[in-house]
Amino acid sequence: MKMKGSFIDNLGRIYALYTGGFLVFIILMAILEQFGAGADTIGILFVAFTVVIYAVIGWLSRTMQVEAYYVAGREVPAVYNGMATAADWMSGASFVALAGGIYFGGYGYLGFIVGWTGGYVLVNSLMAPYLRKFGCYTVPDFIGTRYGGNLARFCAIIVLVVASFTYVTAQINASGTIAARAFHIPFQYGVWIGLLGILLCSMLGGMRAVTWTQVAQYIVLIIAYLAPVIWMSNKQGFGVIPHFSYGDAVARIQELEPLIGLGATAIDGAPGGVSILRTPHNDPQGGMDSWRFVTLAFCMMAGTASLPHILMRYFTTPSVRAARKSVAWSLLFIFLLYFTAPALATLSKLQLLDPTLPTAIINQSYEAVRSLAWIQNWESVGMLWMSDANGDGILQINEFFMRPDIVVLATPEIAGLPYVVSGLVAAGGLAAAMSTADGLLLAIANALSHDLYYKIIDPKADTRHRLIVARVLLLGIGALAALIASLQLTGILGAVAWAFCFACSGLFFPLVLGVWWKRANTQGAIAGMVCGFVAGSAYLYYVYTGGTPWMGIDHLRFGMIGMPVSLIAMVVVTLMTPAPDAETQAMVDEVRIPSGESILGAAH
Amino acid sequence: MPEISQDAKTRHWARTRNLTILVLVLWFIFAFIVPWFAKELNTFSFIGFPLGYYMIVQGSLIVFVVLIFFQNWRQDAIDDEAGVGEE
Repeated sequence: MKMKGSFIDNLGRIYALYTGGFLVFIILMAILEQFGAGADTIGILFVAFTVVIYAVIGWLSRTMQVEAYYVAGREVPAVYNGMATAADWMSGASFVALAGGIYFGGYGYLGFIVGWTGGYVLVNSLMAPYLRKFGCYTVPDFIGTRYGGNLARFCAIIVLVVASFTYVTAQINASGTIAARAFHIPFQYGVWIGLLGILLCSMLGGMRAVTWTQVAQYIVLIIAYLAPVIWMSNKQGFGVIPHFSYGDAVARIQELEPLIGLGATAIDGAPGGVSILRTPHNDPQGGMDSWRFVTLAFCMMAGTASLPHILMRYFTTPSVRAARKSVAWSLLFIFLLYFTAPALATLSKLQLLDPTLPTAIINQSYEAVRSLAWIQNWESVGMLWMSDANGDGILQINEFFMRPDIVVLATPEIAGLPYVVSGLVAAGGLAAAMSTADGLLLAIANALSHDLYYKIIDPKADTRHRLIVARVLLLGIGALAALIASLQLTGILGAVAWAFCFACSGLFFPLVLGVWWKRANTQGAIAGMVCGFVAGSAYLYYVYTGGTPWMGIDHLRFGMIGMPVSLIAMVVVTLMTPAPDAETQAMVDEVRIPSGESILGAAH
Repeated sequence: MPEISQDAKTRHWARTRNLTILVLVLWFIFAFIVPWFAKELNTFSFIGFPLGYYMIVQGSLIVFVVLIFFQNWRQDAIDDEAGVGEE
């Protein structure tokens, strides 16, 4: 961009204008709806309008400079980096599936909420400032320089690629689902359209382009998440800002649960993917229930602090202090969505269960429920299923089946909000999925181009060559991920939890101890990465193929196996081998001082 | 940037480490201890919510946000006193 200096100075004005423009667009769509535009037209316009904007930002941010491509020129102010990280972080799964998970999963599922926010305390206190001081381009860059040697770097690349790739297929899956619904095309094609949008944002400008589109995507996704909840709450009389007043709704649900026979066995005949509500909304049992909660939360937290696409966002700030500050902003922006999700789940559930509300369907006339428009819409696409199995003409709790993923998407329709809200929610879900996919694809392609190609295979490669390799890899990995996503091998949420467990099994302790334990050496780090990653993966294979989980540690929490193995292996092997040389120890000392030059010079 | 003595560096790191330990202890309490006892805490009520439920859907999250801002405020002070704050 020609006016780069002034672009950074004008960020506030540019994004305020953008937000205003988006709000005007929403109003325009609402007016269009009044004039009789159909739901499809509005949905397509929402998706197309936002994706075109992201593509324009991507085009404007194109670059051929290494520093700009890998770390956005290290000039992203803390607040904007916070927004970009929040978009990078909140995936299609957070946006679409989280509230649905809480709706169906109750207490056990809330471990995700605590885990996916508390992880930032670890990022801030153990990782981000030190990695920023280091001045690396990628996470394997840190491992490779701190521990020395190509083998350590290579191990980090492997863990990064496996974790990020698992994650990115889930995101392309989510963006494909939304594109398929908006444009009425088969899912297999939707995936490729989704990928096209994702690549438009990242191909030309690397990290710089992804940063500025992610800020734009955060604005869309947070408006799209909060507006329907607040609108619904006001319309249904749950309070102006429901977050602080839905305690009554929780109590009412707990009162209704025994009356409607919660916990009854599901009737036969339902297709796959849909389920009835069986878990109580708020009923922690203590003991094993608590253990399952904290192990899930711990895996998600340690995974947060080890996932390269998140850590690399903090490489883009101007200073160490700005990196720390931007972690704080990140969590604040993420918090806005995460403390809304339980409110959304609670209020949606109450609307379906409470017989005194006009939206209730449980224990209502089967025929009346069947004729509701939103029931028919979702049933026609196989996301909802019901049957009056006992023939009493009443819809019981165990006769109503729904896919957890649709709670967020269907809530505006359940509450009788206009179509424009559904279009907005689709645009928000797409923004969430695209921004995360962009960050992940870039993390993989950068690790392969910078660490594998430039640092290991061809250290003499010139800048132009390196950046072309980076882009070709981006294209190739994106295509491969879309191909795998189109096969629909795993659900969205399972794949996400696996990515966190892979990352924390292999990378958590080598990263933390690299800063916090001067004695940690190359051999130890390699042992930590290899043993942790292999142990975690082997355990995953064992439970996934039908093995009995040990102490309730199932496939969502296999990091609980990988991490201790990684820690023990790293400490034991380090102590059995010589301490790192004086130069490395001095480097660790230097990392702990926030001021001064970074360890790795610019354009290394 | 003026050169900082080895002694000042050691003190700076000791204070940084103590702050980090304090933050992690608080984090541990709100991330693990509080959710662990959600059942017991649910017998209390807070702004209309069962307390255990409130803590895991909002309370702990608010603590995490405040904790990071608090840590950065203290860390900036530690850095500035040691002469290694950069701004």
